[in-house]
Amino acid sequence: MRTDISRINEQTPHQELTEGLMVFAGGTSKYFETGEWRTRTPILNHDLCRQCMVCSMVCPDSCIPLKDGERVEFDYKHCKGCGICAKACPFDAIEMKEGR
Amino acid sequence: MAVKDRMSGNEAVAFAIRQINPDVMPAFPITPSTEIPQMVSTYIANGEIDTEFIPVESEHSAMSAAIGSEAAGARTLTATSSAGLAYMWEELLLAASNRMPVALALVNRALSGPININCDHSDGMGARDTGWIQIYAENNQEVYDNFIQAYPIAEDPQVHLPIMICQDGFITSHAVENIELLEDGDVKEFVGEYEPEEFLLNPGKPIAVGPYSVTNYAMEAKKNQADALKRSKEVILKVAEEFEKISGRKYGLFEEYRTEDADYIMLIMGSAAGTAKQAVDDLREQGKKAGVIKLRVFRPFPADELAEALKGAKAVAVMDRTESYNGNGGPLGSEVTAGLYRKKIMVETVNYIYGLGGRDFTVQEVYDIFGELEDFIENGKAPEQFQYIGLRK
Amino acid sequence: MSNGFEIRWHGRGGQGAKTAALLLADAAFKTGKYVQGFPEYGPERMGAPITAYNRISDQPIRVHSNIYTPDLVAVVDETLLHSVDVTDGLKEDGAVIVNSPKSPEEIRPMLKGYKGKVYTVDARKISVEALGKYFPNSPMLAAAVAVSGIMEHDAFISEMRNSYQHKFAKKPEVIDGNMLALQLTYDALKDVV
Repeated sequence: MRTDISRINEQTPHQELTEGLMVFAGGTSKYFETGEWRTRTPILNHDLCRQCMVCSMVCPDSCIPLKDGERVEFDYKHCKGCGICAKACPFDAIEMKEGR
Repeated sequence: MAVKDRMSGNEAVAFAIRQINPDVMPAFPITPSTEIPQMVSTYIANGEIDTEFIPVESEHSAMSAAIGSEAAGARTLTATSSAGLAYMWEELLLAASNRMPVALALVNRALSGPININCDHSDGMGARDTGWIQIYAENNQEVYDNFIQAYPIAEDPQVHLPIMICQDGFITSHAVENIELLEDGDVKEFVGEYEPEEFLLNPGKPIAVGPYSVTNYAMEAKKNQADALKRSKEVILKVAEEFEKISGRKYGLFEEYRTEDADYIMLIMGSAAGTAKQAVDDLREQGKKAGVIKLRVFRPFPADELAEALKGAKAVAVMDRTESYNGNGGPLGSEVTAGLYRKKIMVETVNYIYGLGGRDFTVQEVYDIFGELEDFIENGKAPEQFQYIGLRK
Repeated sequence: MSNGFEIRWHGRGGQGAKTAALLLADAAFKTGKYVQGFPEYGPERMGAPITAYNRISDQPIRVHSNIYTPDLVAVVDETLLHSVDVTDGLKEDGAVIVNSPKSPEEIRPMLKGYKGKVYTVDARKISVEALGKYFPNSPMLAAAVAVSGIMEHDAFISEMRNSYQHKFAKKPEVIDGNMLALQLTYDALKDVV
């Protein structure tokens, strides 16, 4: 019954879909690159950033990864450009630029 | 070796549950099925089974918990009646679309209103299009036997659908009658261990259950679910054959009683089928060619098989123990005539409504119905469709 | 049409008419019969009139309706005679048993012209003597068996001891009292049955 879900798409005939549309894998949202939806892009001004990490906590798509106690570059493959990080930043270190 | 005993229908279901020893039972009590979780709790308290009982705060939660536990990989069941089943409505559909082989002991009771605790089939019939397999019983023996067959049907890889094992509230649930019980070991072997291929609590093999489906997937998912329900018919028959080997008792999609040469047939479900059989025996003694078909499997509906079984009759009384409020008769009446029409079998059918809210259904009433059918064919006097049996006028 | 021997019980909620019907089914089952024992359910409360039924047969019983033409009627509470037509449909060659200190002759005028046999059992007196308390169902059960003859006395008594041992596993002190109540009822009826 276990099916390679990367082979299922919107053209798959019903016989080849999984039972109850079960997804036989973990962390599958990684494969869905929602960054494609973005019309405005957050840009970090490193000079203003104090590494308070508020942006990382408020990001609804976990697109601001943390590494060694510091926030690192945006995950633009999945960032939808919602702008919450820019609103939340206490130091105006994130700017939303038009386009991708 | 079979054990001869006597018990009520609720006791019989609880006894079957004890023999199966399922993993999880979330339940909320409601008349007339309350005794089932009560008795199962007693078995658990006495250490006879190790089922995890979850006392939930409502039937909505009972079915939600049942879906969650079944998805986690545990063999799960619950029991309910009437408003309890109605309150599960949303979750019933999810159990089926998520392809969870949950078992539900339904003790049929009228849906309100008027508020009533007694038997009719409005609860089960209300849930007839939720994607569940539905099997109805004539007496305590049948509900016991059906419950033992429930998991082998529902868990079959060709099926993976939830199953409702139904019996008539009070009429069989609270009536003590003779019964033949199977040995614990035979039941255990017959039902087997639950070994789902895919389940949530399976380290290293993660799955997601019940994902959102965009339009592009919804119809395909429903088609697959409908196909599984259709396939369950073969599985129900295969399991019945296996069951006969351990019990000596034969089951099919329906039972044909003295119909081989019958001019007049009553099609009926549940406890009233016994009353109808008694009446048919009496009518046969008077030389009347009467017979009974007792429908056991309502879902999947054996439309073609029923049409074939009815084709030799001159007239058929189709008995519904529910009012559908559609101006076009009860569910059984509608579905069986649709099946006959598609097969171009044009026997006369009269759809009767009986036994609502626990209204008694007697041998005399069966005689009268057969009398009407005969009068219809012999004298052309067409009976009123959808008439209520035993109605005060 | 044969549904076997049919008994209708009339009682009041809490008096044990349903239990009597179930115990009778139990005892008859153990002597090899096919049985049905079932109450007619409504929103019953303590004191409200209730009905329970038995069918007892040598053949499997398939009918699942109430009983309208019983062979025997057992009335667990005499005051029901004022409000319930207890002999309705009762066969003329059948019998009615009423729990009452009165004689059958005194009871008959309250039975709406019923012409069959009438028995009375003073279940209160028997119960108080045997158990020290008023539980009418054991005497009424014994009376139903004695009058109907559906089981032999000895088989009934021995099966009832088993049933009580099971039913009263946590109250063994009441087993002997109930057994005595059964026997006292038989003794009281032995000249009339």
